[in-house]
Amino acid sequence: MRSGNAGNGMGKKTTTKRTESEVKRVLYERPRALLDVHTHYCAGCGHGTMHRLLAEVLEELGVLEQAIGVAPVGCAVLAYDYVDIDWTEAAHGRAPAVATGLKRVHPDKVVFTYQGDGDLASIGMAETIHAANRGENITVIFINNAIYGMTQGQMAPTTLIGQKTKTTPRGRDPETTGYPLKVCELLDQLVAPVLLARTTVVTPKHVRQTKALLKKAFQCQMENVGYSLIEVLSPCPTYWHMTPMEAYHFIEQTVTDSFPLGVIRDVKDRA
Amino acid sequence: MDSEQPEGKVALVSGNEAAGEAAIRAGCRFYAGYPITPQNELTAYIADQLPLRGGVFIQAESELAAINMVFGASAAGTRAMTSSSSPGISLKQEGISYMVGCELPAVIINVQRAGPGLGNISPAQGDYYQATRGGGHGDYRCISLAPFSVQEVCDLTYLAFDLADAYRTPVILLADGMIGQMMEPVRFDHLPAPSPTPRPWALTGTPGRKRNVIKSLRLPPEELEAFNLKLQDVYATIEQREVRLEVTGPDDAEVLLAAYGTSARICRQIVERPLRQLPFKVALFRPITLWPFPTAKLAELAEKARGILVVEMSAGQMVDDVRMAVAGRCPIELLARMGGNIPSAAEITEKLITLFA
Amino acid sequence: MSDKRFEVTILTHFCKGCGLCVEFCPEGKLYIEQKPDMRGIQAAAVRADVDCTGCLQCATICPDAAIEIVRVEAPVST
Ligand code: SF4
Ligand code: SF4
Ligand code: SF4
Repeated sequence: MRSGNAGNGMGKKTTTKRTESEVKRVLYERPRALLDVHTHYCAGCGHGTMHRLLAEVLEELGVLEQAIGVAPVGCAVLAYDYVDIDWTEAAHGRAPAVATGLKRVHPDKVVFTYQGDGDLASIGMAETIHAANRGENITVIFINNAIYGMTQGQMAPTTLIGQKTKTTPRGRDPETTGYPLKVCELLDQLVAPVLLARTTVVTPKHVRQTKALLKKAFQCQMENVGYSLIEVLSPCPTYWHMTPMEAYHFIEQTVTDSFPLGVIRDVKDRA
Repeated sequence: MDSEQPEGKVALVSGNEAAGEAAIRAGCRFYAGYPITPQNELTAYIADQLPLRGGVFIQAESELAAINMVFGASAAGTRAMTSSSSPGISLKQEGISYMVGCELPAVIINVQRAGPGLGNISPAQGDYYQATRGGGHGDYRCISLAPFSVQEVCDLTYLAFDLADAYRTPVILLADGMIGQMMEPVRFDHLPAPSPTPRPWALTGTPGRKRNVIKSLRLPPEELEAFNLKLQDVYATIEQREVRLEVTGPDDAEVLLAAYGTSARICRQIVERPLRQLPFKVALFRPITLWPFPTAKLAELAEKARGILVVEMSAGQMVDDVRMAVAGRCPIELLARMGGNIPSAAEITEKLITLFA
Repeated sequence: MSDKRFEVTILTHFCKGCGLCVEFCPEGKLYIEQKPDMRGIQAAAVRADVDCTGCLQCATICPDAAIEIVRVEAPVST
């Protein structure tokens, strides 16, 4: 089935293969850069989709060999085991600082961070804001699932009001825990960022939109335009205590009320 | 200072500036730091010079960010450094531990001030334990170098980069506010062109090679233990090969002073230009590497000594290493000043006479 | 007879049985196995009696890149 190596990318490039009298064209196959391993993610987890899109986009842009990823602490701590590029881990929340060091040393490489909400918006908020404010020419992939998955379901800065977690057993109360933190809107106050967008992966249409945005974000970096952040509302069926499909509906029907989808800033469009 | 220092000329610079110049000459091409007294001259020097000489300077948003930027730059394969003073070094410990876990070289300069807490900005030596015992979480050591003059700041900073490369480890230069801020004539022209060790493990993109992954997460206990054993092997090699010290004074000294950094400067005055004639011969034992501590040499000296006076600008931290090295061969006394006070030659002389005359 | 058809393959060893592909397939081509496999997972499977239209909905939503789709064109027989 795996014929040639260009046959992914949602049917954009296809491989043709003749078997006896039949002509076979691969419309979709696993991206080459996804390593041949079973991930540790739960069934239906959005991390899997985002790893897949990351692999597809880097390959389609022809930069797999230029890419350097910075993995977070959180459920995606093992991201480096799944995508076949250079990677480093970073201490919890420090990925943007690590990426800053990498990118400043290698301005010609494609450097990105892959971070969850606890990592990016709680313990690493200072690093997040300042990398954005300096306009570091990096790409930030922000997986917002409104929960701490790796530590088994505590409140995240992005947890919805009323959402029950291990540390908000009666639901998140804004009186004592504040409000869901909107990272894109917060960063939109800064001058330097060039692309800030919120998207999701809960329908095929959204997956295609997310892929296009991710590609655009990497293109911003490759064209030296500057800092981009793609926030992905991502299902965590396990700690939302839902079936995968319920979690997907929950994002469409509820999470997007607190976190509206859309491009918050695109300097290229404005120009 | 003029970076185009002519051959054979000396320059009058502060310890902080000397560290900056030596780092650049050692091939450091990345520096990230955060303002804190008493090391700001170092950051300012690097901010001025490094970009002109092909490097990157970043004023980080915090000490945490600074050490992690250095982490990234080192992972990218370049010689990288950060500096700070005691409270800032505490913040960097997380990053240092991760760099050990990831086997990343870097140089970290601590221009110590007095603590605990915000303390004050006067020179102190209260971070000895932190520098020599690892400092952050986990089982590790960092090579710790202790300069006692501006020239030595220069030479040891240069050396620190080579040691960091050779052993793939963070190296600490443990100075203090006095060493950092005093000005002395310094030569730089003897420093050879840097020769960084190849870094096949660095993240440079993957053309022509398999991918590299830099990580400290080792989930299976057997794997993490194996890594720890490997670290211990490296540390054993370092203890064998990298011990550095200086003994000043007569070979047949009956009494030893043991001190490093600023306290060693004062002690050396007593050995070389005593305030008054002492009724016994005194020598100074000065560790240059605090870890690895010059245990064997001190044990040898202790065999012949009537006693040792350890002089520290802390409640007494190095004295523990002295006790372990001496292992009862002779009595050990301590003169400890804290809070940013520097022991005076008179006070040390007084103590020597009281103890040993 | 049509001269083209689509083949859907579930890479069972990557499948986690989340069921999303089943939900999003407009044709009802996919289903979840009743019996768990050796890993204890009820994986997705393909119905032989339903035609796939090659719309890629399933492969697009699959979080585990466990679906491959091929278009097969048979030359018109003479
Ligand atoms: S806990 Fe949640 S975020 Fe973590 S892998 Fe499972 S579903 Fe994904
Ligand atoms: S979407 Fe993928 S992982 Fe989920 S059941 Fe279908 S094939 Fe399996
Ligand atoms: S390609 Fe479309 S029709 Fe075919 S199985 Fe997938 S979702 Fe169903």
